[in-house]
Amino acid sequence: MSDTAIEESPASQGGKKISKVSDIVIRLAGNSQDGIQSIGGFLARLAGRSEQEVMTFMTIPSTISGGPSIFQVRIGSGEVLSAGDDADVLVAFYQHSYENHLNSLREGGLLVYDSDHVTPKEEHRSKFHHIPIPISSMTVEAIGGSGKDKGKNIYTLGLITKMFDLNRDKLVQLISERLKSKGEDVFNTAVTAFEAGFSNALENVVETFELVHSSGKSLSEQVVMTGNEALAYGLIAAGVRFGAGYPITPWSDIMELLRKELPKYGGKFIQCEDEIAAVSMALGASFAGRVSVTGSSGPGISLKTEAIGWGVMAEMPLVVVDVQRGGPSTGLPTNVEQSDLNIAIYGGHGDSPRVVLAPANVEDAFYTAIEAVQIATKYNVPVFILTDQSIATRIEAFEEPDLETICQDLTPDLTPVDSYKPYDLEAPNGTTPRRAPGTRILDGKYPIATGLEHDEMGHPSGAPAMHKKMVAKRRNKLRQLASEIKTPEVYGGDSGDALIVGWGSTMGPIREATDRARSKGLKFSALHIKHINPLPEGLESAFENFKHVFVVELNDEGPYGYGQFASLLRARYANPKIQSICKTDGLTYKVKEIVSLVQERIQKNG
Amino acid sequence: MSVITAETESRQPLSKKEISADHPTWCPGCGDFSVLALYFKMLANKGYWHEKITTVAGIGCSSRFPYFVQGHGAHFIHGRALPFASGISLSRPDLNLFVFGGDGDAFSIGGNHLNHAARKNINLTYVIMDNFVYGLTKKQTSPTSPLGFKSKTDVTGSVDRPINPMKQLISAGATFIARTTAKNPKHLLSVMEAAADHKGFSVVECLSECVEFYPGAFDPADPRKGGEFPEVPESHDKTNELKAYELAEKAFPGYFGIFYQKSVNTKNEMEDQIGARAKLKTQGLKDWEILKQSFSRMK
Repeated sequence: MSDTAIEESPASQGGKKISKVSDIVIRLAGNSQDGIQSIGGFLARLAGRSEQEVMTFMTIPSTISGGPSIFQVRIGSGEVLSAGDDADVLVAFYQHSYENHLNSLREGGLLVYDSDHVTPKEEHRSKFHHIPIPISSMTVEAIGGSGKDKGKNIYTLGLITKMFDLNRDKLVQLISERLKSKGEDVFNTAVTAFEAGFSNALENVVETFELVHSSGKSLSEQVVMTGNEALAYGLIAAGVRFGAGYPITPWSDIMELLRKELPKYGGKFIQCEDEIAAVSMALGASFAGRVSVTGSSGPGISLKTEAIGWGVMAEMPLVVVDVQRGGPSTGLPTNVEQSDLNIAIYGGHGDSPRVVLAPANVEDAFYTAIEAVQIATKYNVPVFILTDQSIATRIEAFEEPDLETICQDLTPDLTPVDSYKPYDLEAPNGTTPRRAPGTRILDGKYPIATGLEHDEMGHPSGAPAMHKKMVAKRRNKLRQLASEIKTPEVYGGDSGDALIVGWGSTMGPIREATDRARSKGLKFSALHIKHINPLPEGLESAFENFKHVFVVELNDEGPYGYGQFASLLRARYANPKIQSICKTDGLTYKVKEIVSLVQERIQKNG
Repeated sequence: MSVITAETESRQPLSKKEISADHPTWCPGCGDFSVLALYFKMLANKGYWHEKITTVAGIGCSSRFPYFVQGHGAHFIHGRALPFASGISLSRPDLNLFVFGGDGDAFSIGGNHLNHAARKNINLTYVIMDNFVYGLTKKQTSPTSPLGFKSKTDVTGSVDRPINPMKQLISAGATFIARTTAKNPKHLLSVMEAAADHKGFSVVECLSECVEFYPGAFDPADPRKGGEFPEVPESHDKTNELKAYELAEKAFPGYFGIFYQKSVNTKNEMEDQIGARAKLKTQGLKDWEILKQSFSRMK
């Protein structure tokens, strides 16, 4: 609704004005045990089923239970690129939710609050439209019992459904699908709470809303999931059948899902004693014939670096998922940051070239996983997937992939071969297809996979000429890959004042910022880079056509004033035009934040 | 994981020429030569197919092992040979998998992995060539160096109590635990063969003298050098943890033989059971159809 025209309709519902909107942002603020994530999940799934675009954003405390938590859902009829800057509706369950999140509500927005717990301040009365509802006591009244926290999320879902004229039947259906397996009584209680919320007279509400249906959107089926889910399913689709990990937030969801799902496909996921064991086990399984996955977040990635270096040296395919969180050290376990770019590209001792890809959103996480597996297999190299906490935990709807075409079978080929050189210096494209144990090699010369510098058979060789050749072999694989990557297209116009360069999860907000700026007549464009290492070719010409180039990323500018990706681009292109816009508050970029930061910098540059 | 297996045929046992690769880089007189020779003999006796033999090691003198074996092999990083090999074992049950390493790899940098491979009972054989010293890095104290051992890191003698490998392995839950010495080839071979036959995680601690940095360390276990070679008594109940622990209490040179052996479900079997249960629901479906089922629940 923010920045979107509201079409007012004279029609009314019980004396209330009905406004048609194409985009709404609802922020739910409570405590982590209130189940606000599940309201958000229901709303997101509803939007997905209604062919609407949806994007969510949530924060959870790093404590086990309790602590403030929010869920923001943005539902739109057009393309939804970000979770929205300012909320149109804030649902506050507690005083602290009210106090901490009122600043995220747009002026004139709806403040729905649990009047059992929240006492609004007088000075805010005129700024927002207040809707007091005794959510806690109404829920208890509806479903009985003394559990003052249980069920109020579903009651609130009913309220929201009424307020936004959402599809009540579809929601009841969704509740049934989610909760029927937990028992008939759980489901019945939920429906009772939902109906009670839905039948609230909304006495203080002067206006309700109707989401206009999208026109241009294809009617193909949408799936709704989190980024972590999409990534895990992408790995499965790509043919990964073995993985190993150690629990750490926010990576754990991926390992939990793979642990549960892989056995259905004849695969395995093993929980290990530590991070190093996990990467080692995955490398062992890769050596045994099929690209495997490991992953982690924060400190876990640091622990894995030595073994990843072995993967580079031994030329072993491996997928490493890095769900970035705030660092360094234990850092901010449940916040977002893009500060692992350097460790992904350079982490570890020695020259150890590896591939780094960064998905832009939930859908892209699915396809990036597939690409990572393909690259790892083709080039026998570890591939990092640099996702982050914001992609990991948010829910988006996207078009269901054509699974029959996409799914790959990577069963190792153990057909005997005449001879085999694992590190053949003459191999086309620099890579020899792997021959796993179990492959009979008829000339009787078997290969060794090793972390020592080696000859073409994998036997140790410290000869100066050999080290030089092997270092070049490992590096040239990345050069070859770079030549195969499609040059990303500039979003907006091909030339102009500012090119906003981004990578990873900032794509949505950057594009929306570009759209917003262009609608105001500003000549901004955006360039999203998914292939972080090696970089695609042909970016030079994109930079040429803009007066300013700003790399926007979620990390620190460091001692020299440039963020991690900006530093890489400056080193690669030696173009002084490349400047850096960084932030380190542990939160995603807001659209308006990007627009104003870019404007400020243009002014400063003169 | 479905695995294509090679055609069935009868094969001649592997000759020493076929199975040996690089000449070992070990110092003349090193105990590890004997472990390698008896590994070859064991492989021939077992009649394993050449391509199925998979030799893995970490870092250290003894961990150079895979280069000396003509067969599929991997030389992994320090201390992590066990989790690496676990990845092989769990994804490729058709292979004959052997892991070699030293006391540093096993009890120091990789100590945690030893405990967990043991408790998980991962199906593989691990031979620890224990020389009570860091040899590759030229004489530093190892986790099995006895108290008072003078090394470059303990010039006045080691002050840290050494690990008792048998006790550690018993308490960690290993299902096959044996102790032998490179000086007694017959004993070493029989123990290695029994370890290879054991279903589950089988560990052999093999005293293997470092003639360069700890010469004479194992003379007390060598009757030819005036020592004694006390074998695990015939009467010992190998399935009794407490009795095994009692054997492990005996002062150096201690006992030699199988301290403990028990048949317990392997991690491999447990994981296969999980797989079989999961497969019940997806029988007859192609992979993409299983995925489609999951996606249909996410709409």
